[in-house]
Order: sequence, then C-alpha cells, then structure tokens
Amino acid sequence: MTSPHDETHANPEPAIAVVMASLSLGGRRVLNAIDLECAYGHVTALIGPNGAGKSTLLSLAAGDVRPDTGHVSLAGRRLEDLSVAELAAHRAVMPQDSVLRFAYQVEEVVRMGRALRDLPPARDDTVVTESLRTAEIEHLASRDAMTLSGGEQARTTFARVLAQETSILLLDEPTAALDLRHQERLLRSARALARAGSCVVVVLHDLNLAAAHADRLVLLADGGVEAQGTPWQVLDAGRLTRVYRQPVSVLTHPRRHCPVIVTCDAEGDDAEGLAPSHEADNPMEASFPS
Amino acid sequence: MRLTLPRYLTNTERPHRRRPAAMPLYCGLAGAVVLTLAGAAMTGQVPLTLGQMLAAVAMPFDVDDGQRLAHVVFWELRLPRALMALLVGAALAMSGAALQGLFGNPLADPGIVGVSSGASLGAVTVIVLQLDALGPWTLPLGAFVSAAATTALIYALAMRTRQGGNANLLLIGIAINAIAGAITGYLTYLASTEQLESLLFWSMGSLGNIDWRAVGVITPIVVFAGWLLRRQAAPLDLLALGERQARHAGVDVTHLRRRLVVLTALLTAAAVSFTGTIGFVGLVIPHLIRLLMGPSHRHLLPLSALAGGLLLMLADIGARSLDPPSEIPIGILTATLGGPFFLWLIARGRSMGRHT
Repeated sequence: MTSPHDETHANPEPAIAVVMASLSLGGRRVLNAIDLECAYGHVTALIGPNGAGKSTLLSLAAGDVRPDTGHVSLAGRRLEDLSVAELAAHRAVMPQDSVLRFAYQVEEVVRMGRALRDLPPARDDTVVTESLRTAEIEHLASRDAMTLSGGEQARTTFARVLAQETSILLLDEPTAALDLRHQERLLRSARALARAGSCVVVVLHDLNLAAAHADRLVLLADGGVEAQGTPWQVLDAGRLTRVYRQPVSVLTHPRRHCPVIVTCDAEGDDAEGLAPSHEADNPMEASFPS
Repeated sequence: MRLTLPRYLTNTERPHRRRPAAMPLYCGLAGAVVLTLAGAAMTGQVPLTLGQMLAAVAMPFDVDDGQRLAHVVFWELRLPRALMALLVGAALAMSGAALQGLFGNPLADPGIVGVSSGASLGAVTVIVLQLDALGPWTLPLGAFVSAAATTALIYALAMRTRQGGNANLLLIGIAINAIAGAITGYLTYLASTEQLESLLFWSMGSLGNIDWRAVGVITPIVVFAGWLLRRQAAPLDLLALGERQARHAGVDVTHLRRRLVVLTALLTAAAVSFTGTIGFVGLVIPHLIRLLMGPSHRHLLPLSALAGGLLLMLADIGARSLDPPSEIPIGILTATLGGPFFLWLIARGRSMGRHT
C-alpha cells in the first residue's frame, strides 16, 4: 500500500511548512536549519535515532516552541499570528505522555477534545461516540480515566485528538504503549483520515510501522533532515546502518510489498560482550540458553 | 469447539457507573439552603417561632409594636448573619474548587496553600495602618490585593518546582503561611489596644459583627466572581490534562491562570475581610461534590457554592447554640471537621492524579 498519492488535493497550500528552522535547547543545537513541507492527504512519518529531534520538530509544528531562527506556518499562516484557539482549530496533538489530575471518565476526557472548539454542539455526541469507537474504547466510556492501563490511556488520548476534528494531526509516538492490533488500528485510522484530506504527521520509532503506513518518511539525524521521500526511497539499508549505527537489512513485506527492516549483527560484532563468546556462533542459542 | 463463558465471568472490569443526574442535587441543596436559612433565623438566644418569622418577612418595614423585638432580631441580627454565612461558605468553596483546578491538586485550599493568610495580612495591614481611602471597601480591597499577590507567588513557586507534586505545594503553603503570619505578627505587635481587639477575630474567624453594609459589599463580589468563575468551567476541565495538552486543545493557559488567580483571590478576600480565616470549607466541600458528581467544573463550581454556603450556615448555628450565651469561633468548628478530613485525604493518596 505504498502507491504514490497523486497530488490533486484541492488545497494547494501545504498544511505544515517549516522553513529554515533552527532551535537550541540548553546550549545544544536540537534542530538545524530544517526545511520541511507536509501536505494534506498524506501521512508523514518522522523517523530517526534517539535524540535526532523528532519530538522537538513535532512540538515546533504544534506551536509549543518557537524556532530561534526560521519560521513555521500552519495552513498558510505563520504560527505566531495564530491565537491559541485558532491553533486548536487547525491542529490536534497527541503527546507521548498523558496527564490527568482528577477522576474524569473516559468519555468526558474525549469530549474535552472539542470543548473549546467552535463546532456545532449538535454533533458532539455523534463525534464523541465515533471517536470512542475508532479507538476501541467504547466499553471504557464510563470508566474512571485515572485507572486505565498505559495502552488504554493512549487510546483515550487518541480518541480525544480525533474528537477535536482538526485537519492537521500531530502524533508523537502514538503506538508506543499499544499492542499489535491497536498499533495497526491506530495507524490505519490515521491513514483513513489522510485519505479524507487531513495532514497526519506521526513520530514513529518502529520503522516497520512507518514503512507500512506512511506515505512519506522523513529521516532525521542530529537535528537535520537526512533523507525524505517514499518508504522505499528513504529506507535504504546502508543509510539506516549509518544513521542508526546499527547494521540492518531491508526485506520486502510478503503481502504489503513495503520495506521491512530487520536488524543484523555487524561483521565481527558478535563478541562485543553481548553474549558469551563460545555460544556466539549460534545467535538463537545465545539469546535463549536452555 | 469454542468454549463460551458467561459474560459475568469474562467481564472482569468493574461495573461502569454513569454520572448521576445533577438536577436532584441542585434542588436538594437549594431546598436545604432555604430551610437552613429559616432555621438559622429562628434559633438563638431569642428563639423565634415560625409565625413570628413569617410575619417579619411579610412586613419588612411596618412593625407591629408587640413584635418589635422579633422583627429586630430577624432583620438586624439573624438574617444578615445567615446570609453572610451562606455567601462566605459559597465563596470559600468555589475558591477552593478553582484553586484545586488551577494547581491540579485536590489538596489546594485557600487556607492550606496560604491564600487566606495572604488576604488576612492585607486586612490586618489596612486596620493597623488605619488606611481609609475607599471607605467600607478599603478593607476588602486590601485583602484582595494581598491575596492576589500571594496566589500569584504560590503559583509561580509551585510551577517552578513542580516535581515535588503534592508535598511540594503543601511545603510552599507552610512557608507562605509562616511568612504571612510573621508579618501579621509584627503588625499585631505595633497595634493599639482597640486595634488588637478587632485583629483578634482574624485568628479564629467569626460571623459576629455582621450588618447589612457588610452583606451589601460581599454580595456583588461573590455573585460576580462566582459567575465569572463558572464561565471558566470548560477550560478548567481541560487544565486537568496538564498545561501543554490544555493549550493544544485551545486553552489560553496564561490568560486562564491570570483569571483564576484574580477570581480566587477575590472570593477568598471577600470572605476573609468580613469573617477572618475560616479554614477547610474549600477543601472538604469540592471533594464531596467530586465524589458525588465527578470532577467536571460545570457542576462542581455551582454545587460547591450551594454546599459550602449550607455547611457554613449549619456551622454557624452550631457555633451560636453549642455553648450559649457565648459563641464558639466558627473557624474552630470548621477546623475540627476539616483537619481529620485533610489527614484522611493525604492518607488516601489515590486522588492525587496521574502523571505518566
């Protein structure tokens, strides 16, 4: 399902435009002259090793932080010209961690997504029910949201983000706490939203999820864009091995025909103290001593 | 073959509880407020019968000569005092609910975190330095300015050292209470004998010297600030998601914070300037309402106002009638009730919120 999406979307303005944005935090250059455009109708995945600047770039697009130099536009307007309410009408953000201070019920939390949106209240119930269903948490609707498991919390947050009904969605590692089924479900609904005209930007650690579900990948390394393009263009074994400092092989998914990344041992790397050397000739036995 | 277990065996989750409807609670509390208001007007050193009270209500201005005493007791003593208890209770409970929302902490109470002692310091300053620029409004204004400054300071401190969570907010409260107490102490030391007498009631809280003028000053403050606070219900709910996520969903956190600081200071100052520091109403009442109706501020704020007013009217009836003819300071009564409740809240711990 990596067929290139045709560029016939009605809105010519890119949903997100990051222009020459640099940002330093605590004396460290976290983002370095980033140029990036994300279009409506696409799922863009930000990938890269730890500390590459993925989440920071997402915060930049969300308007949480201002770049030191350069600028960011959302739906054709500079971020600094948008009020908090206007921002909330354009983009919803699913953060990595979720906080909840009082015993709200799951449905009340989801409803918060649209509480301050200027949307017809008549549709509130429908949209909330729909969002609960998409995140598969209808059965938790009246549960105390402070008693949820990590995965259930993440799905609640996702439902709240859906209920905000924005055309730009910024998801920061939304699948980290989810099981296989819900990883797939979440990214599939993200893709469905993109097909319906939204712009979805998602930070993913799992390259295989990114390869299977994103239209476009942006590989970040050391605060800069290392490569961007379709999964097949970006996920090059040599490039990933270099950027992640971890040897990988790229296979083809038997059914989806998208790239599949598997890690490998480097040549002569197997004796680096990770496994007892006398068993190292058979890695399977080394990992599972009987 | 697939084994199908009965649903009650597979469904291991707790049964879900929908929120109860709010209307019965509103009606019940409103009814209780009216009855307690009548009860407060009838009980005391000079007991009034229902007939006497109704006669006084029916004829606020023409006085039957035989009923002159009942008339005066009702209109000049009991009614303003009961209304004051109602308004002060409402102000403290709403202020507590809003502070808890602002700090994201169910232990925030105007008395505990130091807003009340800030307001009290302002009021004491006005008395001792004999400030009189705005007539009867000088005292509440002094209390308000001082309370607002204190709340802003507490908030800045709490947000800077956020890691400590609950313990941290309580430690800040201890420090603020100590500092405000010390300054109040210096002022008390400087005060004349007559000033000392009027200062004494701040330390314990009292509804003793209440007249219609005081009710006239506090009513618009409480009604207006309460109404403005209620308008912040939706953003207050969103604040429970943390500042960052609240902002993502459209809350202008900076403005909301400023509004909440001003409004809670206004309500606390209104209460403190006329009755001194009455503690724990702002802690106990919102917590009980949350247990009944959930944390949504749409209902939490108005229901807390009703229940807080009710509690303080009842406490005042107790303060007047437990040891007649003398009066037990009402602050002592609320502390007797609230202190153990506070310990229970700390020990329970679960209501502290989730940070992951």
